[in-house]
Amino acid sequence: MDNTLSHEQLVQIQAHIHAHQHVPGGLMPLLHAIQDDIGYVPESIYPDISKALALSVAEVHGVVTFYHHFRTHPVGKHILQICRAESCQAMGSEKLESEVKARLGVDYHQTTADGSLTVLPVYCLGNCACSPAVMLDDEVYGRMTAEKVSELIGEVCHG
Amino acid sequence: MVKVYVPVDSTALSLGAERTAQAIVAEAQKRAIPIELVRNGSRGLFWLEPMVEVATAQGRVAFAPVQPKDVPGLFDADFLNALSDSAKAHPLYLGLTEELAWLKKQQRLTFARVGVIDPVSLDDYLAHDGYKGLKNALAMTGADIVKTVTDSGLRGRGGAAFPTGIKWNTVLNAPAEQKYVVCNADEGDSGTYSDRMVMEDDPFVLIEGMTIAGIAVGATQGYIYLRSEYPHALKTLNEAIRKANLAGYLGEDILGSGKTFHLEVRRAAGAYVCGEETSLLESLEGKRGLVRFKPPLPAIEGLFGKPTIVNNVISLATVPIILDKGAQFYADYGMGRSRGTLPIQLAGNLKQTGLVELAFGATLRALLYDYGGGSATGRPIRAVQVGGPLGAYLPESQFDTPLDYEAFTKIWAVLGHGGIVAFDDTVDMAKMARYAFEFCAVESCGKCTPCRIGSTRGVEVMDKIVAGKNHTKNVQVLRDLSDTMLNGSLCALGGMTPYPVLSAINHFPEDFGVSSKEAAA
Ligand SMILES: Cc1cc2nc3c(=O)[nH]c(=O)nc-3n(C[C@H](O)[C@H](O)[C@H](O)COP(=O)(O)O)c2cc1C
Ligand code: SF4
Ligand code: FES
Repeated sequence: MDNTLSHEQLVQIQAHIHAHQHVPGGLMPLLHAIQDDIGYVPESIYPDISKALALSVAEVHGVVTFYHHFRTHPVGKHILQICRAESCQAMGSEKLESEVKARLGVDYHQTTADGSLTVLPVYCLGNCACSPAVMLDDEVYGRMTAEKVSELIGEVCHG
Repeated sequence: MVKVYVPVDSTALSLGAERTAQAIVAEAQKRAIPIELVRNGSRGLFWLEPMVEVATAQGRVAFAPVQPKDVPGLFDADFLNALSDSAKAHPLYLGLTEELAWLKKQQRLTFARVGVIDPVSLDDYLAHDGYKGLKNALAMTGADIVKTVTDSGLRGRGGAAFPTGIKWNTVLNAPAEQKYVVCNADEGDSGTYSDRMVMEDDPFVLIEGMTIAGIAVGATQGYIYLRSEYPHALKTLNEAIRKANLAGYLGEDILGSGKTFHLEVRRAAGAYVCGEETSLLESLEGKRGLVRFKPPLPAIEGLFGKPTIVNNVISLATVPIILDKGAQFYADYGMGRSRGTLPIQLAGNLKQTGLVELAFGATLRALLYDYGGGSATGRPIRAVQVGGPLGAYLPESQFDTPLDYEAFTKIWAVLGHGGIVAFDDTVDMAKMARYAFEFCAVESCGKCTPCRIGSTRGVEVMDKIVAGKNHTKNVQVLRDLSDTMLNGSLCALGGMTPYPVLSAINHFPEDFGVSSKEAAA
């Protein structure tokens, strides 16, 4: 038992496992479903997943860790992804990333002290026509500057 | 009631289209003017988003870019009566959308409906020639459908440019009880967004293309493997699939034909290598995305070991117009062995970024200057990367190369998925070469040594060069390393990382602290 998970979360997870048990190639959609609800994929549930999907725990672990998108630890309430790829570099993303990180006082993969925001690198958001781009939760923002990112964070995370 | 169009495309949203739409609705309410707000896709003139269009008797009139603060002024100028003199006098008035030079010069076949229709309205899709291709296909044999696609000359738009019809033919002739159609919607290349636009702005065309593919080869199940960075595309696709099922365009007994095709979207999870087709199949099967050895080809042993078509979004979304208008219609566009059109994506440091669909053959220079308008910063364009992170960097002396697969091969470059990323003269090409190795190291699936170890080694060597250490010797080390990666990698991630690296050294040796003579050594 993982006592960092609430009873409600455990119920949610079990429901997802049940729903994906017989889906062909169901592990990926299952991991997405869990992370969408809980915010990460807790390692404590690998045994349950492995039993239901007839995989070894090592296989489940291997899949979770292969993909950049999946996380095994809780993150902040909101997620800011800063694009590091070429088109955004051509429009000054390097300056943007260092300024944003400095303002927030965190590096990539870290969460602000108040737990409100985790900052992640991303390689292209498909918004290359309006570089540099960032994504805050599920929304993309183009032609960003550090000031604009600060404003956004203010509105979305503290608004 | 006047129809007002405000895009839902995520790049338009990234510039505030949602607020613009809300401001228009609020202002109309305040003034008690009834309007019908339509959320269309983007016309692809991204430098002008959010673009608002107003329907008139002569066609749609564009105003752009419209921010919420502009909205009261537009109403004051009677912009809803877009042919009025006061509307024409407004500073954001652009005239009839279809007459905008940037759009009018294009040859939009795959993107014919993009930006025009409401993406999730099946009625709108049908009213704009939608599902004509499928109706024709349902009256043909599988072999005839495949022959039509082959005769059109369509080549895969995901990067490798393999003839689509030939791939389909292999699947058609592979005997099996179960076959699959998989759409590669992992669009990971920097500088590309045409797949995203199709999925967000005209999802039914992809659904129709996949359905035709399934009927052609006898596959009853399709999957769209969609990158996790595209939440809007996910919503739009699922909504369109739901509607297609309800209306009998998907599922069992499609349009009473007795044919079956089911379609489902599966989310990727942020691994670039999963855009490689065999890695993608592993991922769809719920495994780590390790690249498979070929043979067997996915067309023979693909998803769950069954014959599988794997095609890019644009390849599949181009099939409906080919089945509607015929192979010859499509093949009449283009040059040499590059038939048809290419949706080109202008990105990076350009003034006028956006989607330009043209027959193959236009020069890079025309794209950069006639369409792109030169650099956004106003400085000279120094380097251009075409074809994503594994594509070569081209210097000004190569800007007259026509966009044609073979012409690009000749100059040791690739067209790839048609993304063009421009850099001005402040770019440091040594940094870009370092980044290419770094990206390869981050994204390597780890299956083969040249890629896994070589990429990390490449970063180290680049760090020495950037630190000013022994340039001539280290450039030689880079060349040897690139050779090993080129020849010894299992897939193009390791095998093509040398393209950006070596092209940077060859064309911009001064950034690596060597003369062109030393660089050539
Ligand atoms: C590292 C790597 C990444 C790739 N990423 C994509 C991608 O995101 N989308 C795509 O369609 N093809 C991608 N490809 C090419 C696919 O392997 C494959 O050629 C393509 O999906 C076939 O479809 P097409 O013939 O319609 O182009 C990638 C290849 C490699 C080696
Ligand atoms: S080249 Fe790299 S990504 Fe491709 S199979 Fe080898 S290790 Fe994997
Ligand atoms: S490179 Fe940043 S959004 Fe594509």
